[in-house]
Amino acid sequence: MDQFTINLLFVGASFALYIGIAIWARAGSTSEFYAAGRGVHPVTNGMATAADWMSAASFISMAGLIAFTGYDNSTFLMGWTGGYVLLALLLAPYLRKFGKFTVSEFIGDRFYSPTARVVAVICLIVASTTYVIGQMTGVGVAFGRFLEVSNTAGLLIGACVVFAYAVFGGMKGVTYTQVAQYCVLIMAYTIPAIFISLQLTGNPVPALGLFGDHAASGEPLLAKLDAIVTELGFKEYTAHHSDTFNMVLFTLSLMIGTAGLPHVIMRFFTVPKVADARWSAGWALVFIALLYLTAPAVGAMARLNITEMMWPNGGIEGGAVTVEQIENDPKYDWMATWQKTGLLAWEDKNGDGAIQYYNDKSAELQETAAANGWAGNELTKFNRDILVLANPEIANLPGWVIGLVAAGGLAAALSTAAGLLLAISSAVSHDLIKGSINPNISEKGELLSARIAMAVAIAVATYLGLNPPGFAAQTVALAFGLAAASIFPALMMGIFTKVNNKGAVAGMVAGLVVTLIYIFLHKGWLFIPGTNSFTDADPLLGTIKSTSFGAIGAMVNFAVAFAVSKSSAAIPAEIEELVESVRIPRGAGAAQDH
Amino acid sequence: MADRTTNAAEVAEADKGYWAANVRIILVSLVIWAVVSFGFGILLRPLLSGITVGGTDLGFWFAQQGSILVFLGLIFFYAFRMNKLDREYGVEEE
Repeated sequence: MDQFTINLLFVGASFALYIGIAIWARAGSTSEFYAAGRGVHPVTNGMATAADWMSAASFISMAGLIAFTGYDNSTFLMGWTGGYVLLALLLAPYLRKFGKFTVSEFIGDRFYSPTARVVAVICLIVASTTYVIGQMTGVGVAFGRFLEVSNTAGLLIGACVVFAYAVFGGMKGVTYTQVAQYCVLIMAYTIPAIFISLQLTGNPVPALGLFGDHAASGEPLLAKLDAIVTELGFKEYTAHHSDTFNMVLFTLSLMIGTAGLPHVIMRFFTVPKVADARWSAGWALVFIALLYLTAPAVGAMARLNITEMMWPNGGIEGGAVTVEQIENDPKYDWMATWQKTGLLAWEDKNGDGAIQYYNDKSAELQETAAANGWAGNELTKFNRDILVLANPEIANLPGWVIGLVAAGGLAAALSTAAGLLLAISSAVSHDLIKGSINPNISEKGELLSARIAMAVAIAVATYLGLNPPGFAAQTVALAFGLAAASIFPALMMGIFTKVNNKGAVAGMVAGLVVTLIYIFLHKGWLFIPGTNSFTDADPLLGTIKSTSFGAIGAMVNFAVAFAVSKSSAAIPAEIEELVESVRIPRGAGAAQDH
Repeated sequence: MADRTTNAAEVAEADKGYWAANVRIILVSLVIWAVVSFGFGILLRPLLSGITVGGTDLGFWFAQQGSILVFLGLIFFYAFRMNKLDREYGVEEE
């Protein structure tokens, strides 16, 4: 059986499993469908939250970004897990006590203002749409590879599948489908990592193998990796090269953003008790950590494998891989497969029949390059987003592992993309249209507007996904920045302070607007390529990149909110009572729809 | 009537104590949260460069593994500590 058929089989079987569970669970009870998570054990809820939250950015993109940058991209690891601490300590238990279903409902009620609710909905839509663009980038890579077509064709096919998947409906709302998706996703991520860790270090736990010894040379794995990448003129893998201030801000933005993303927060509204909301965040992080502790090992080991593959005879001295070898040796088949997607390319510039992979911008390598007659780096394109999907092929793992990874990548991208589209469409139809513009809209009209919102969102995301503002994880990081600057501060002030309605609205607007402007100045207005005035290589304010600005936006939000609140009327007595009651678990009923 | 007002006042007083204790636990936890990630993982990494862990230093380990493990510990510690505090102040749900 060829690889294409195996991939098709695995992806098909995983889809059949999700649909099967969805039908079975829906037949079981309809209330379960609306209140996913109620009456569900915190462990199960944690697993479902993990599937909901880990997207193409975590699965497909992150390890690749770490692999090619090393230590500096540890920011993704700390940022996307550290946010759960904020969520568990600062938001989850109190929002559960409040007992409504959506984030914008909490903001509308706590700040006794329909305007605040509408502003919150707009923040939610902006952040979620940006998030979907990142998912579409990942979907394009995954479908391109697995159907063996170009990245663009993959993206367009993927968009149709995501749309169908989201319209098909509550699939995502069913907790057990998400549990199944989590299982597929985590197996697909860890099984190849275990194989590769065994090959390279003899240790079956990738997280330990990363700090273990490289079996072939007897040196520590990371020391070996540092040595071989520096020989080729690349930066030392484990050293700190990026700007420290920007690194701190970026990590902080990801953390605050995690705690401000509506589709994650929503899961804590519906656990049975306040105590369970506290445990649930912990269990979610346990299941997320299984992937996040493995990811840095995947990155480092893949970098080692790729580098050794391009220099198969022991570094520069032994000579580079030959074109003939790439074309004929089955070990190099993955290069031909990925070349079809347009995301991997090589070119024998100096016509010596070999492909030299090195850093042609490194000053130290110029002499070596001149002496050997190299005419620049010949591995001309290696898109970071292909690394995790190509990893099992690079390590020569059996065909079924490759099929499993394809299924896992699609599960990660589809579940999150569909979830976000549902969040966007319900925000538009339920919160925006029914909640404020036209309260008398018929149920049919509400459903229709939800579908239209979904179609518009996916069309925008697909169009922008063709020319994405960055690799999947970087685009998603922008979404986190927007959530950090708008939603999180409003929620936190709602619980921990007595900021009033005017303060909250002004804060959210200020935070969202400054962050959005800063991002657009660097990434192009509405992410349209070429309309930017600055780049992240040389940002407007000092060393602050657009991906890191969310933390600054959050501070602007807090500052504006306090200033405006101080200069206007104090909150009414009944809202003061509401704040007091949210802080005490006693008397929390089941979550209620309004 | 007098009884009930005293009771209400007492409850309000107890609730204040509960909230103050909660805020204290949150602050301590957040200090640890910041020290392991922004501290050991980034800013204080040069200070930890003498401690070798598998071919690199302790700061690298904290940035890629250690901070995540501490985050896990913190959330479970908080859940455990708060559920105990709920019972101490009698504010838990039935």
